[in-house]
Amino acid sequence: MATDTYDAIVVGSGISGGWAAKELTEKGLNVLLLERGKNVEHIKDYVNARKAPWEYKHRGGRTRAMEETYPVLKRDYPLNEKNLDWWASDQDSPYTEIKRFDWYRGYQVGGRSLLWGRHSYRLSDLDFEANARDGIAVDWPIRYADVAPWYDYVERHAGISGSLENMPQLPDGQFQPAMPLNCGEELVAGRVASHFDGRRRLIPGRVANATRPLPGRSPCQYRNACWLGCPYGGYFSTQSSTLPAAMATGRLTLMPFSIVTELGYDRDKKRVSSVRVMDAATEKTTEFSAPVVFLCASALNSAWLLMRSATDVWPDGLGSSSGELGHNLMDHHFRVGARGMLREESLDDKYYFGAKPVGFYIPRYRNMRGDKRDYLRGFGYQGSANRQDWQRAVRELGIGANFKDKLAQPGEWSIGATAFGEMLPSHDNKIGIDATRTDKWGQPVLKVDCKTGDNEALMRIDMANDMAEMLDAAGVAEVSTYDDEYFPGMGIHEMGTARMGRDRRTSVLNRWNQVWDAPNVFVTDGACMTSAACQNPSLTYMALTARAADYAVQELKRGNL
Amino acid sequence: MAADRQQSGLITRREAILRVSAVFGGAAIVGQSVMLAGCAAQPASETGKANGGALFRQSDIELLDEVADTILPETSTPGAKAAGVGPFIAMMVDDVYNENDQQIFIAGIKDLQSRCLRRYGAHFQIVTAAQQLDLLERLDAEQHQYMESRDDDAPAHYFRMLKELTLLGYFTSEIGYTQAMRYVETPGRYDPCVPYTNGEKSWAPHA
Repeated sequence: MATDTYDAIVVGSGISGGWAAKELTEKGLNVLLLERGKNVEHIKDYVNARKAPWEYKHRGGRTRAMEETYPVLKRDYPLNEKNLDWWASDQDSPYTEIKRFDWYRGYQVGGRSLLWGRHSYRLSDLDFEANARDGIAVDWPIRYADVAPWYDYVERHAGISGSLENMPQLPDGQFQPAMPLNCGEELVAGRVASHFDGRRRLIPGRVANATRPLPGRSPCQYRNACWLGCPYGGYFSTQSSTLPAAMATGRLTLMPFSIVTELGYDRDKKRVSSVRVMDAATEKTTEFSAPVVFLCASALNSAWLLMRSATDVWPDGLGSSSGELGHNLMDHHFRVGARGMLREESLDDKYYFGAKPVGFYIPRYRNMRGDKRDYLRGFGYQGSANRQDWQRAVRELGIGANFKDKLAQPGEWSIGATAFGEMLPSHDNKIGIDATRTDKWGQPVLKVDCKTGDNEALMRIDMANDMAEMLDAAGVAEVSTYDDEYFPGMGIHEMGTARMGRDRRTSVLNRWNQVWDAPNVFVTDGACMTSAACQNPSLTYMALTARAADYAVQELKRGNL
Repeated sequence: MAADRQQSGLITRREAILRVSAVFGGAAIVGQSVMLAGCAAQPASETGKANGGALFRQSDIELLDEVADTILPETSTPGAKAAGVGPFIAMMVDDVYNENDQQIFIAGIKDLQSRCLRRYGAHFQIVTAAQQLDLLERLDAEQHQYMESRDDDAPAHYFRMLKELTLLGYFTSEIGYTQAMRYVETPGRYDPCVPYTNGEKSWAPHA
């Protein structure tokens, strides 16, 4: 049937899938974009975006009933009253934890692009060369020069605000004006830079919040309410940015409630020839076909789909001939850092206006430029300085009229930062199919077996103490470190389960994100990452997706797919 | 140097949630933060209302209103009672607290009432404002000392619960947002450094 055939099929509509849909349609292809969850229409479906904070019954908190319904989500901040609709149901979509793994999923059009933290940093050759340099895992098949033009390209469209800093480990990009540091952050930035001779620097976070208008989008309005959906289109999401561009071509078909259960593999042509889709509501199955398929279902789910496909040829699934499919699962380890009080006379009469949706960033400085630690790789920090709000008083002594009026005023300046550390790829950190359990749709679920190792444990000591050292150097008072304990998955940066490489015997994808065993299948979400670096990864997924889409269309024209 | 701080600087899971909520802009997790330690130990299915659906009587809610209004009284801006904090506290304890914490809370307000009877010979709702304040200041000192020295796994003091829920209920109410503090849903701009004169109210965030 003609309607079941497209030029390309994209599985998943989050950050990567939205980019794939945009790029492929803009290059003239008729594209089917499949999303397992419900539709979320830009602005119209941001039902809480305009709701006053006092209109939430529990003021945004969580109830016992919510905790019972969401046994995984409740482990961290995602379980809250304000945007619960955009986190996947733990009950409908269970998974097996061989070791504790917190999997926070967004099953709707836009995926987690609606919910993401929006920090957007380039990787550099410090990262792309890391595995080769350290003899860890396999070498990335690409270098910074391969991706740089694609970073340029996606930054312009996505709208990344940031400052030019000329730091080789964190290349500059095509930025809109930065969201400036506030006076507390600025003061500490100056002291850190001078004390550490410019080796450690506190810069404005680079974030996918626009500071200049973009087509169909207003700049950020400083509500800091991104995770409710932005009625101004102030931050990058599929809905605000890539989906409207793809729709504008007239060549996009978006199908929500479409769970892809298997890729049909043609062993003679060595190509995927069909995509099997289950309607999430009726559970009816339909097949679609296209010469090009992009898997952008998120790292774990794209790997799951490969594992469920071509099992007549390879029992462990398409891409498993390398022995690496589902292995090398990575995340960023964090929840460790330091904080303190900024007691500076010069700040007592200073405040800020507007709610900035980002703070500062301290780019990596460890294990580079002559620094050598007893662990590999490094970490960056995200933090902010703020005047304390009424919550400061929960631990303080006091009640009554003066207490109340004081609490309605801003308190002292405090500052804190959390480190985000690189997690090494390890073959032992893996996912697989748990054939003993099925989800709501009768599909076997994933089992996850992943833990951090000695390298991460050693790094965490620096991650806490270095921040304390910087705060001390900046004259911050009452500096204390913290380590709130981290379990893989909490970073919500799942990566590596179908890594890129130079050799089909040791990697699932080639340098163009093509599955070695099926070159018409491209995997461009976090699954493709060969190492994790320490930077937030989404910008890299955008760039790699645009790059792969460009290549796919060229190959299609050359008759190679 | 920094290394010795590692121990003393360790923060509790409870505080971690507070900070996380602050990072994400949500202020409204304080009430629930009280019982996170308890949640981990107690399966969710065993939680529930302590006494068959009627956790609070009307007189309890009136008491909660009075207590909240003593903690955050009317000044140049309305107090906690006007902001509906009494019923809010009851609802939160009912919906959010686990059974253990509910029992501590219920026993706590009985204790508060009996202390008031012993000290002033009348219920909290009818003693003078000065007596109300005196009683709660004593309780506040007691909870503060207890909370600073307790083991991490020990339950919270009931007056800490009351105080937290009062602050949460008040400062996240419409009165709290728009009268006690200043609220602009859509600031439209960011000024990283503006002059501040003592006494000026906080800007309350939209989310």
